[in-house]
Amino acid sequence: MSTYHVDERGYYGDFGGAYIPEMLYPNTEELRTQYLKITEEASFKEEFDALLRDYVGRPTPLYFAERLSEKYKTKIYLKREDLCHTGAHKVNNTIGQILLAKRLGKNRIIAETGAGQHGVATATVCALMGIECVVYMGEIDIARQAPNVARMKLLGAEVRPATSGSRTLKDATNEAIRDWINNPVSTHYIIGSVVGPHPYPDMVARFQSVISEEVKAQLQEKEGRTSPDHVIACVGGGSNAAGIYYHYLDVPEVNIIAVEAAGKGIDSGESAATSALGKEGIIHGSKTLLMQSPDGQITEPYSISAGLDYPGVGPMHAHLYRSGRAEFISVTDDDAMQAGRELSALEGIIPAIETSHAFSVFDQKKFGSEEVVVVNLSGRGDKDLQTYIDYFNL
Amino acid sequence: MTAQTNRITERMKAPEKVLSIYFTAGYPALEDTRTILKNLQDSGVDLVEIGLPFSDPLADGPTIQDSSTQALHNGMSTAKLFEQLEGVREEIDIPLVLMGYFNPMLQFGVEAFCKKCQEVGIDGIIMPDLPVDVYQREYQEIYERYNLLPIFLITPQTPEARIRELDEASKGFLYMVSTASTTGAKSGFGEEQFDYFNRIDQMGLQNEQVVGFGIHDSTTFEQATSTAKGAIIGSAFIKHLGAHGPEGTTDFVQAIRPGKPA
Repeated sequence: MSTYHVDERGYYGDFGGAYIPEMLYPNTEELRTQYLKITEEASFKEEFDALLRDYVGRPTPLYFAERLSEKYKTKIYLKREDLCHTGAHKVNNTIGQILLAKRLGKNRIIAETGAGQHGVATATVCALMGIECVVYMGEIDIARQAPNVARMKLLGAEVRPATSGSRTLKDATNEAIRDWINNPVSTHYIIGSVVGPHPYPDMVARFQSVISEEVKAQLQEKEGRTSPDHVIACVGGGSNAAGIYYHYLDVPEVNIIAVEAAGKGIDSGESAATSALGKEGIIHGSKTLLMQSPDGQITEPYSISAGLDYPGVGPMHAHLYRSGRAEFISVTDDDAMQAGRELSALEGIIPAIETSHAFSVFDQKKFGSEEVVVVNLSGRGDKDLQTYIDYFNL
Repeated sequence: MTAQTNRITERMKAPEKVLSIYFTAGYPALEDTRTILKNLQDSGVDLVEIGLPFSDPLADGPTIQDSSTQALHNGMSTAKLFEQLEGVREEIDIPLVLMGYFNPMLQFGVEAFCKKCQEVGIDGIIMPDLPVDVYQREYQEIYERYNLLPIFLITPQTPEARIRELDEASKGFLYMVSTASTTGAKSGFGEEQFDYFNRIDQMGLQNEQVVGFGIHDSTTFEQATSTAKGAIIGSAFIKHLGAHGPEGTTDFVQAIRPGKPA
């Protein structure tokens, strides 16, 4: 049977693997041999489920968006990940990884962050567990995401500026990996998305899979069926998308839609639409699609949304794209901002700008009036208020 | 040179210890490559690792990162490097190894890359982020066709069984990373390193070992080569190049290993 899940070698079709320097081999090998064993233990599951319920606030609601549905003449449900503690789905993964790190006996956590959401989610769980936390963040991102930097500091994390390369998310990830090379025994690296060397993409996808697990039960209750006709998510690295696709990957009746950030337009030279602009290559230890020069140098993406501003895409998504299993749509800054404003006005929900991209699909694509469409409302827009203010002159 | 012999293999058979120098191609100036190679050979260096710069060098510390950024800014590319190396064998006869990251090699085309390497006279390749299992499954045959020796890395954390596997896959020498670090990070060796050097020395590996990372002066060179066949200097030489350019290479090398032909 063909499957869109990871295979035993750590690949999704042609993509994935662990293209890492030998210095990282013991670290990733420890994870590779332990992650399934540990996460499938009853005591792990109990602790994970209890924290998701009592600390994160799960299950998050599946909300029928009546006015939005009326406007687009279809049945739109919103998976309310914006209601998670810390304001986005990111915390599902950091809870899982901190519990794993504890069981591996690690006493120090490192993470990378772009907009700061994953950094905040990591700093949060480290505070919760009383574990030392260092977050790498590009120097440029530190300057433009001051509130999240302050949140991380309040939570007790050290925020270290990544001053190499383009000084954004890609470079923060490089610095975190270098830290891990220098501290191979005591430290666990909490990657924030379904990227990096095997087993990270699969491990993060599993922790995020709680999203579609809940959708199945909630749809059953509301619509008498476990599967929607369409499931929509924005994709940067792709962790919220992996979470909401997860239990539908091998259900062919469900149409999977992935929304990428076109920035100022696919052909503008300022874009983050990896499926359209990327080529197969290696980034951060994974073979996947990435934006690069003909010479194989990784290029800098652009999006108004810092969370979609990544030059690669997780190997699962590269495979979904190449195999045709998912439909990839790209949305410009302008269209995303309008969609975010529309959701705010019609449903009283201000989405993160990453998430706004997913809502622009309704202007690009028609759905049947009886079709059920589930959108992952991956994060809330508080962190983006300044961008909304500047864009709309509020 | 026939397909059966290789300059690295030949040099490893000689009794003397091996001093190897790494530099980033295209740094400090784009066209310095040939001058640097010539100066290194004239200074008595035994083997040179030519670094192909990459935008995201994960295993490197700030010194080599910065040299890579500058080299790319200067216009260095895979094609440009091969162009610069055309005819290099008319003046350079010490072994030459290409060191880089896998993505640029993949984009050039692994076979095309290897073919070019052989044409210009490269003897071996170090790709730290090309895993040994992928190499064996997909590229070993190509390397062999072009008489390129694959050189793999081991670290103090590498388990014994894997050291043997990497030793089995490596040809020419085994690259022994001295400490758990990126390049240029630590200064001086301690008890931990000496234990590691001795442990590896006693394993009876098929390849000679050449130690890299953390070697920057005559003391660390001597310490590293007390058990291993050779040692590699990278960041310290890049710093020299940054300060003085290709001039004064002989003085730099003399300070590491006095007495060799200047």
